[in-house]
Amino acid sequence: MSERAIEARPSAAAGATAWRHHHLLDVDTLSRDEIELVLDTAAEMRGILERSVPRAPALRGVAVVTLFYEASTRTRVSFELAAKTLGADVVNVSATGSSIEKGESLVDTVRTIERLGARVIVMRHASAGAPYLAARNTAASLVNGGDGWHAHPTQALLDAFTIRRHLGRVDGLRIAIVGDILHSRVARSNAWLLTTLGAQVVLCGPPPMLPPGMGGVAEDDLLPPVQVTTDLDAALRGADAVMALRIQLERMGTSEAPVSRAYARDYGLTVARLQELAPRALVLHPGPMNEGVEISPDVAHGAASLVEEQVQNGVAVRMAVLYLVTGKGA
Amino acid sequence: MRALLVRGGRVIDPASAVDARVDVLLRDGTVAAVGPALADPGADVLDATGAVVAPGFIDLHTHLREPGDEHKETVASGLAAAAAGGFTTVCAMPNTRPPADDPAVVRTVLELASASGLARVLPIGAVTRDRAGRALADLAELAAAGCVAFSDDGAYVADAALMRSALEWARALGVPLSDHCEDPALVRGGTMNEGPVSARLGLPGAPGAAEVAAVARDLALAALTDAHLHIAHVSTAAACDLIATAKARGLHVTAEVTPHHCFLTERAVMERADVEGLAYDTDARVNPPLRSESDRRACLEALRAGVIDCVATDHAPHARTDKWCEFDRAAPGISGLETALGVLGALVAQGALDLPTAVARLTAGPARAWDLGRRVPGIGSLRPGAPADLVVFDAAREWMVHPARFRSRGRNTPLAGRALRGLVLTTVHGGRVVYRHEEQG
Repeated sequence: MSERAIEARPSAAAGATAWRHHHLLDVDTLSRDEIELVLDTAAEMRGILERSVPRAPALRGVAVVTLFYEASTRTRVSFELAAKTLGADVVNVSATGSSIEKGESLVDTVRTIERLGARVIVMRHASAGAPYLAARNTAASLVNGGDGWHAHPTQALLDAFTIRRHLGRVDGLRIAIVGDILHSRVARSNAWLLTTLGAQVVLCGPPPMLPPGMGGVAEDDLLPPVQVTTDLDAALRGADAVMALRIQLERMGTSEAPVSRAYARDYGLTVARLQELAPRALVLHPGPMNEGVEISPDVAHGAASLVEEQVQNGVAVRMAVLYLVTGKGA
Repeated sequence: MRALLVRGGRVIDPASAVDARVDVLLRDGTVAAVGPALADPGADVLDATGAVVAPGFIDLHTHLREPGDEHKETVASGLAAAAAGGFTTVCAMPNTRPPADDPAVVRTVLELASASGLARVLPIGAVTRDRAGRALADLAELAAAGCVAFSDDGAYVADAALMRSALEWARALGVPLSDHCEDPALVRGGTMNEGPVSARLGLPGAPGAAEVAAVARDLALAALTDAHLHIAHVSTAAACDLIATAKARGLHVTAEVTPHHCFLTERAVMERADVEGLAYDTDARVNPPLRSESDRRACLEALRAGVIDCVATDHAPHARTDKWCEFDRAAPGISGLETALGVLGALVAQGALDLPTAVARLTAGPARAWDLGRRVPGIGSLRPGAPADLVVFDAAREWMVHPARFRSRGRNTPLAGRALRGLVLTTVHGGRVVYRHEEQG
């Protein structure tokens, strides 16, 4: 596949694997080949973004609506820029200032947006499973931009893309994800995605922030095959990449989490702690960061940090997802 | 009214230890005789050959929704659903709007029930005013209005001292207190059982310990007050153990389990027959939540062994809009009157229970648990003099759940599209046929 193929002959872009998903609700239904297809397509998209005039109108005439029931900066903006780079028409709808404020139901809102002409609906919602309800009730392609604690598939894809770009592979790597795992859709989607790609994944956080049953004996693929630990040093030992998760400050000092000073001491990524990592190890964070809590400023902005590049790669990955779910890669 | 002779069926009447091919003669609103080859030239004849004849089922836990939520159910539609499910007596939970914390509401429900005539309603009064858990309702007045139990069902009386007072009143009035055992501090926003499935779905979980802790506290208060404590909708193995121990110690404790907690697990939230991929099935959202497979098995075994006295439906009808929404915004509850027998029949087919035990848990079990014979002599049995309430059902018949065919306004069931076993053919209440199965095309 080449950048030129994306513009001129969409069908040439597919390579060996065909894309068969109309929606992207999570990564748990994607095969390893399908994930590789997204990442390969994203690599081509990154090439387009590096041009002097980053435009490749593969989605000309396609209407993309971002429907955000929850606040977001990077996810919403990167979907919008991704769609616009591919020539799509983009409309942003947020819960405030729309009929949602008047009590319109999710299903009615999604159907209305579809009738207005949306081919793709990118949705973020505070309720886990909301995109699944939406997808069952619309002919548009539903792309999950984050649902509750459940899933954030494009974040996981951009994390894998970033790791692969720097280390050449994901297979065989040891990757630690640190922080409030229980409430993290980023951790859940990454656990599925990275293990499917062959990585060894360790989830680490304070005891009340680890999901029940995670890390136990898997019952028919109910949960991803990950390790779980409350010991940060053990999680970091020999890891090729570490991902710090945002901790919600309002949970601090409740029954769910220690006060932030204790949290920073036990679970904060610091330069000293990073000595445990493998050589050339990477540091990631999905943002927005609480510097000085889950990540110290010198790590957040240090040589190993890919935080800003993650944001940049997010546009390329979301271009790839929009391109594939609209059937352009088929 | 003409007499009714129910002929040729297998009569299962656990209260009188009858399981035999005999006839039942109903006359003047009561059971006149049970025996072989009965005859009454003036009677209508109901041929029950090949079917089971049992006392009309009794449900200790029904939400009729009226007054206040008539878009979910009315007394009339709820009693039609009861008749279709083989229930001739339902105990109406007080969480209406306004709630039955006042005798006027109780009287309204009883008037609506008698206008319907499809089943008997025994009302349950609220424990606390507005069901708010802050001050006791006028329990003596509610008992005088005919309440057969007190309950703040849907909510746990979190204030232990208030619960103690309620139990002291309940004991003095000779009325059981039906207890919704979920400690809200442990539930804390949980919308399904806490465990691997909640971890998979990213849904906030409510641990089984929320029930166990609540049951343990109230068993201690039952011992303190010597009151009759009834544990509603038991859902955990550990609660079953606590109840067994309390009974062995001689406490006046009874318990019920729902068909859905005996038949389904937390996986029903994730998987639904007619949905591809993760279901997030709002019809499987219920309080207490569907639990693990080991909890389900323990509840079923406790029911079989009699640690749990009876099956109660917790029939909780909701309108489509209450369920056609995000999982955590969906109203909890399952419409259960019309599937209860079918679920028990499916469990019988699986070998988990025998048929006479299943019938006992729907008839003699609830009647004995709340000593309902004190109010309605012979209820839950086919002894001569008992009310002329019975159900005729085909125990072997498989049928598919089509919620659109429910008599209930609530079509909310995670069993939609599933095959159950045991079909109600005819229901008789007060000597009158109140439901007759019609074959659908």
